[in-house]
Amino acid sequence: MAMNMNLYSRGDKIFAIAVSILIGLFTVATLYPFIYIAAVSFSGGFAAAAGKVVLTPIDTTLAAYKYVLSQPKFWMSYLNTFIYTIGGTITSLLIIIPGAYALSRPQLIGRRFWNLFVAFTLWFNAGLIPFFLNMRDLNLLDSYIGIIIGFAVNAFNLILLRNFFESLPQSFEEAARMDGANDFQILWKVYIPLSKPAIATITLFCIVSRWNGFFWAMVLLQSEEKIPLQVFLRHTIAFLSDDQEFTATLSTQPYSVESVTGAIIVCSIIPVLIVYPFIQKYFEKGILLGGVKE
Amino acid sequence: MSDTQDKQHGHVVETTKRKRSVKHKLTWLYDHVRNEWQIYLMLLPTVVWMILFLYKPMYGLQIAFKDYSIFRGVAASPWVGWEHFQTLFDNDQFIRAIGNTIKISALNLIFGFPAPIILALMFNEVLHAVYKRTAQTIVYLPHFISTVIIAGIVTTAFSPTAGVVNTIMGWFGLDSIYFLTRPEWFRPIFVGTGIWQEAGFGSIVFLAAIAGVNPSLYESAVVDGASRWQMMWKITIPSILPTIIIMLIIRIGNIMEVSFELIILLYQPATWSTADVVNTFVYRQGLQSGQYDVAAAAGLFNAVVAFVLVMTANTLSRRYSRTSLW
Repeated sequence: MAMNMNLYSRGDKIFAIAVSILIGLFTVATLYPFIYIAAVSFSGGFAAAAGKVVLTPIDTTLAAYKYVLSQPKFWMSYLNTFIYTIGGTITSLLIIIPGAYALSRPQLIGRRFWNLFVAFTLWFNAGLIPFFLNMRDLNLLDSYIGIIIGFAVNAFNLILLRNFFESLPQSFEEAARMDGANDFQILWKVYIPLSKPAIATITLFCIVSRWNGFFWAMVLLQSEEKIPLQVFLRHTIAFLSDDQEFTATLSTQPYSVESVTGAIIVCSIIPVLIVYPFIQKYFEKGILLGGVKE
Repeated sequence: MSDTQDKQHGHVVETTKRKRSVKHKLTWLYDHVRNEWQIYLMLLPTVVWMILFLYKPMYGLQIAFKDYSIFRGVAASPWVGWEHFQTLFDNDQFIRAIGNTIKISALNLIFGFPAPIILALMFNEVLHAVYKRTAQTIVYLPHFISTVIIAGIVTTAFSPTAGVVNTIMGWFGLDSIYFLTRPEWFRPIFVGTGIWQEAGFGSIVFLAAIAGVNPSLYESAVVDGASRWQMMWKITIPSILPTIIIMLIIRIGNIMEVSFELIILLYQPATWSTADVVNTFVYRQGLQSGQYDVAAAAGLFNAVVAFVLVMTANTLSRRYSRTSLW
């Protein structure tokens, strides 16, 4: 709707300005909690603990970051998050891409059944307890493999990609078949190159959900050396104020529970902010691809 | 005699026919698999994964009707019928959890559902393209932030001594409140956090619907001298009404799905009375106290109600718009 400015009456202009101000307020309100937590993380321990920080750091110091970055557990959990994110995303793609291709083939016997088999998992879920007991029966508690494999497939992503494959023109495929290409070659040389936006979308969905995933990591992993960053952050928020070793240092060190929490939050948001511009390019189209289908 | 013979003869012919058609089918299947085995191989990992991680737990759901013991396993544990469900419905905490689930979902619906629609309508009225783009980039962001971080920010901001909320209240001479221990504050904080995190991202669907409105409608309205305000009410909102209704149906279908991960991170015994939902109840009973069978029964109850709601929603939306959700 590219409309000419002079088509707007005075009332319209006032309306547009009022709306712009409201949008501005909402945007600032969205951004503020991040600014606040960053300000807390750079503030001195006393100021942070006494609630003096509102917008900018008070008694600016990097002490909380020095503390966090000197913790071997922090680095280990950071490394684990990378392992889960990269390993999990690759596993997901290796299963989902061929699966979606097969489900999109008209010659697949029982295609309706298999599609229902997949879609049913969106509607009905056995729930936390049977899933947990199943992971235990499969001997996947407290293991990297359990986290990587156990959450690899998501029916939503599978259906999104299948829909995209189904919408591709048949002509390329027919040409490839004339040249004697088999299904693996067609998937690799025709479908995947044509589906870059859809594959990028599900890849980014996988990366984000892996990076942020915490609940099952908290439930399934017992060893501290296997936990991802989000669980480490959770432990910090929940238990740091009861950690006597830590609280003993508070009188001499210019940090506090709040500033250390803030520092871990900032460290774990930074990678998200780095990939965010790339994600943004795709997700607006991506959610529309999957959701409502004619 | 001849009658029997005829019958026998007929029988023989039929069997040969059937044999021939079975043989025909087998040959066809053999050829099909020989030509198309690759797509079945490609489907195999998905199917195996789903059986192993989604369908096998459904088989494990039978412990909701059994006296489950870890040592006996799922299959060998003795049946107890509906005993666990009886226990649950005699348990005030479970009844309370159902009530809380519905109340929190209702609040989410009343306040959380209109938010992205209003936001999308407002974005549509912003004239400055760069300003609009920047604002959109920022309001979509919280969707990609993990629950633990959100909970960390909320916990810090609402803390009684360190939190900025109490600091600002102090400027106005208000007494400090320990928000996260007060049952009456839990739901407003939880629903507010949800709106802060999802309203922006949720507006994408409605913005797409607005982008699909026929421009000639606006052009003729401009000719008629309509104001932007009138156009919003008379053109934009009626045009995106189908999308609004479909999204509303989806929301109602998901009423049992409260984001319990955030609740687990924010609640404490002092706020259970308003915060405890079915899934957090399942988590405590099962994963924390080890009462797997009762917890599985509670989870099954939740899943069945959710299934019925989702199916109803899907049927309604199909009827309403001839658009199936999946």
